[in-house]
Amino acid sequence: MRFKLISVSGIILVLAVWSFVTYTGMVGSLFLPTPTAVILEAKKQVEDGIFFQDIWISFYRILIGFLLATLFALPIGVMMGTSKTWKAFWEPIVGFVRYMPVVAFIPMSILWFGTSDMQKFFIIFFGVFFQQVIMVADNCKTVKKSVVEVGLTLGLNRFEVIKDIVVKAAMPSIWDTLRTVWGWAWTYLVVAELVAATSGLGFRIMQAQRYLSTETIILGILTIGLLGLITDTIFGLLAKVMFPWHEKEKINN
Amino acid sequence: MNEHLLTATNINRIFVSKQRSFTALDNINLTIGNHEFVSLLGPSGCGKSTFLRLVAGLDSASSGSLQMNGNNLDKPGRDRGVVFQQYSLLPWLLAWQNVAFALKKEKNMRAAEKKELAYHFLDLVGLNGFEEIYPSQMSGGMQQRVAIARALVIKPPLLLMDEPFGALDAQTRRDMQDLLVTIFKETRSSVLFVTHDVDEAVYLSDRVYVMATNPGRIAKQIDIHLSADKDWSIQLSEPFITYKKEILMELKKQKKNVHHSK
Repeated sequence: MRFKLISVSGIILVLAVWSFVTYTGMVGSLFLPTPTAVILEAKKQVEDGIFFQDIWISFYRILIGFLLATLFALPIGVMMGTSKTWKAFWEPIVGFVRYMPVVAFIPMSILWFGTSDMQKFFIIFFGVFFQQVIMVADNCKTVKKSVVEVGLTLGLNRFEVIKDIVVKAAMPSIWDTLRTVWGWAWTYLVVAELVAATSGLGFRIMQAQRYLSTETIILGILTIGLLGLITDTIFGLLAKVMFPWHEKEKINN
Repeated sequence: MNEHLLTATNINRIFVSKQRSFTALDNINLTIGNHEFVSLLGPSGCGKSTFLRLVAGLDSASSGSLQMNGNNLDKPGRDRGVVFQQYSLLPWLLAWQNVAFALKKEKNMRAAEKKELAYHFLDLVGLNGFEEIYPSQMSGGMQQRVAIARALVIKPPLLLMDEPFGALDAQTRRDMQDLLVTIFKETRSSVLFVTHDVDEAVYLSDRVYVMATNPGRIAKQIDIHLSADKDWSIQLSEPFITYKKEILMELKKQKKNVHHSK
């Protein structure tokens, strides 16, 4: 409870500073719109029906791109984290591509996929997948050798040890990885939408730029932040449901 | 007919790295009979845990022969149950599920039957009523009881215990030793027990191999003849103290040798 109050007071402080500098005219409304202007813009967008439409389109793109990346990154990451042979195979590829800036691929992605949703999936996949692979592999490597040996002494074969012990033991930290990377996925989505889109939150921000409609820009940014906060909270709640044993371990600390 | 369950002949284990090679085990010869409780006792670095890992199949000897019932031991198997020093329970499973996990390979056993067996063995180690909690909610002693139940539930002919009470406080340790004495009166498994605690070794064992370091080797073999119906009070008896003295003298002798060789 005490910490919740502290959290709320942090937000109030930021709002207060924002209100102060805008309502007093310290900062011109072109450079930073007032909270009222942003709320009015939100009201207008909701009434026009574009507010939730933008959110849904962006959310859909990020969800598909992220799920596709996760679908491939999980098995490959687990392979890399548990087998030296697979690590030797994947590491150079993953390590090389990981450092290529995703943003630089946007021109190519437009050439390949146009401005379709596929292009957004591609950019998110590209931005997220390689990080996921490396992080999931690391998550698997932190599993204690002793629990692996327990599996071996109970007669499990290599595959069973990976499936029934390594993956299960690493699952809470893999979940944390997904949670972290999900945040990055938002960035890549907006990057993709800023450059080549006809809908979505990033597109709305880009369009507003042309008319210097700063309240639309701020609204878009705040909306993305809020969505991030909501999904992050959902990730946290799901972790509590899925890994009750892990929560209890933490309490002991 | 071979009456020994386990026979180790001329076992060497040499760890080789780029800089140097290190002899962890030097020419180990020992046997474990059916229903026998055998301890490896020695200071850290004498290779006692290394030997246990060889028997568990988690490591391979550099040379020598290691046989159980006439078969070479080169990989882990369900004929040997292992209890590690760090309880190594699976934290995402409840106490009974941890025990039942050992039965994963029993394809013909129904789930209900596995659960029943798990409950039975938890009861055996004195954890009646604690079946439905996670390892993180247990004390160290309780976790080690679950680990023992998990090793026992597959009814292995040979149980390997690697300093199983090393991380426990003195009182819990004594309770666990008494528990072991009671359990082995019932299960009659053979045990290979690794410890550095002299009292523990004498109290539990039929035979103690005292080991020495650098290189790791067996310095002395001592057969223990204490009453089968022993309880903790035997630790105050004359024969017990005589055995203890013999072992302590041997350990002392090794220490002197080390000093001389320096």
